[in-house]
Amino acid sequence: MKTRIAMRCVAALVVLIALPAVLSSYQVGLLTKMLIFGIFAMSLDLLLGYAGLPSLGHAAYFGVAAYTVGLLSLRVANNFWLDFPAGLAVATGVSALFGLFALRARGSYFLMITLALGQVLWGIAFGWRSLTGGDDGLPSVPRPRLPLPWPLTDGGPFYYFVLAFFVISILALSVIVRSPFGRALVGIRESERRMEVLGYDVWRYKYVAFVLAGLFAGVAGNLFVYFNGFVSPSYLNIVFSAAALLMVILGGAGTLVGPALGAAVIVFLENMISAYMERWVLVLGVIYVLVTLFAPSGLVGLVRQRLGSHPA
Amino acid sequence: MMALQVEQLSHSFGGLLALSDVNLAVAPGERLAIIGPNGAGKTTLFNIVTGIFRPSAGRIRLLGQDVTRLPPHRRAQLGLARTFQITTLFPRLTVLDSVLLAEWGLADRCHAVTGRLSYGEQRQVELILALAGAPKVLLLDEPTAGLSPAETASVAEMIRRFSRDTTILLIEHDMDVALELVDRVTVLFQGRVLAEGSKEKIRSDPEVAAIYLGTDDA
Repeated sequence: MKTRIAMRCVAALVVLIALPAVLSSYQVGLLTKMLIFGIFAMSLDLLLGYAGLPSLGHAAYFGVAAYTVGLLSLRVANNFWLDFPAGLAVATGVSALFGLFALRARGSYFLMITLALGQVLWGIAFGWRSLTGGDDGLPSVPRPRLPLPWPLTDGGPFYYFVLAFFVISILALSVIVRSPFGRALVGIRESERRMEVLGYDVWRYKYVAFVLAGLFAGVAGNLFVYFNGFVSPSYLNIVFSAAALLMVILGGAGTLVGPALGAAVIVFLENMISAYMERWVLVLGVIYVLVTLFAPSGLVGLVRQRLGSHPA
Repeated sequence: MMALQVEQLSHSFGGLLALSDVNLAVAPGERLAIIGPNGAGKTTLFNIVTGIFRPSAGRIRLLGQDVTRLPPHRRAQLGLARTFQITTLFPRLTVLDSVLLAEWGLADRCHAVTGRLSYGEQRQVELILALAGAPKVLLLDEPTAGLSPAETASVAEMIRRFSRDTTILLIEHDMDVALELVDRVTVLFQGRVLAEGSKEKIRSDPEVAAIYLGTDDA
């Protein structure tokens, strides 16, 4: 069983490495975006799927990392070794701060506080024009310059650069969710009170999960601003947070791979549909309804049902 | 040193006085039943002892240490465990601890998702889970509630097999089950300790009989 899973992972990696050879440069760009949003969705899965914390403000950490890297590389220095860690530090710091407030609440109240906190950052990015460019966002963010034989300004090398972060993130998150810490999170998701009387400091576990989720969302935000060369307040707001939730639910919460798949599907659909119509958010809503009606445990759940294997 | 001491404990929910000046002391290794009709305050008492509620007044000592202000997980780390009246197992997890389970004859079910076990089996898993941390003081909240007579017998047998190193407080609705499992009984009625003492004493207490038979104002 274990070797079979390992084989599948290696096969998936080989496909991801080989794909650029057969894709157009436009499609490679789309695939890069899928991987970045995949990291973002997996970071939210740690909260929603494992700890059972439905955050509707997860864009905050993605966006704040993207703005940090964008501002530093434009106004201070385009130095990867300064900008990238700074983006992660700010995302982690903001989630460490927000977690103190959000984790005072549970269930839908948690959802509303995370939403409100996220919207505060959106408001700042929108209103503080002199720093953030307001509604216009930050244009022309440069790609990092690294001592590599291939420049990251090219789509191909940048894809492999992102793929490396994707692989590191999925491995790190897999280790986390399989660790005693991850098992405890699942216990908290299933029955918080019982974990308490079994001797677990439930608040601390949830807080660490919250901060870790912020850190990985920061990885995604950093990569995105390099990829896109542009960041605007819309990457901080509720629509983006809701899209991330949908990626997790569509793929299958609590599976890591599922949310990455969900992200790929959403990115693909957005790309397809935006070409024909303006009402992308409406489409997101319809997808949400369809998923909850017909595939409540997501795409991974559907596949497992077909294969007849029991849930993990 | 007492395993558990409850001193002058009172608790009210808004204007409702759920517990009023309750005193209890349980010696190490002792088995005490807390009985009483619905609404007597039994589960509230457990929730205060485990730290889920903060009492309005009074103290809780666990193994000599004042734990009144400690959060639930700190009390658990000191050796306090409990089961719940409403089964709160992890419905989507499997019965993991097969080594421990083998000892209790549930080995063949160790990979079953607990939500799919029968109610009686879930109760047994719940007891095993509570024992897993080798607690010094174990609170059992109506372990046989809602079980068939056969299931009740097997759960009672399981409790009887528990080590005497574990001090047990048992809430029971069913006086026959309770009296069979314990050394001593405390009767709660309307938030107060109505009677306490040996099984024989409680069995022959006319006030207790009146509560249970409902003859007090007849």
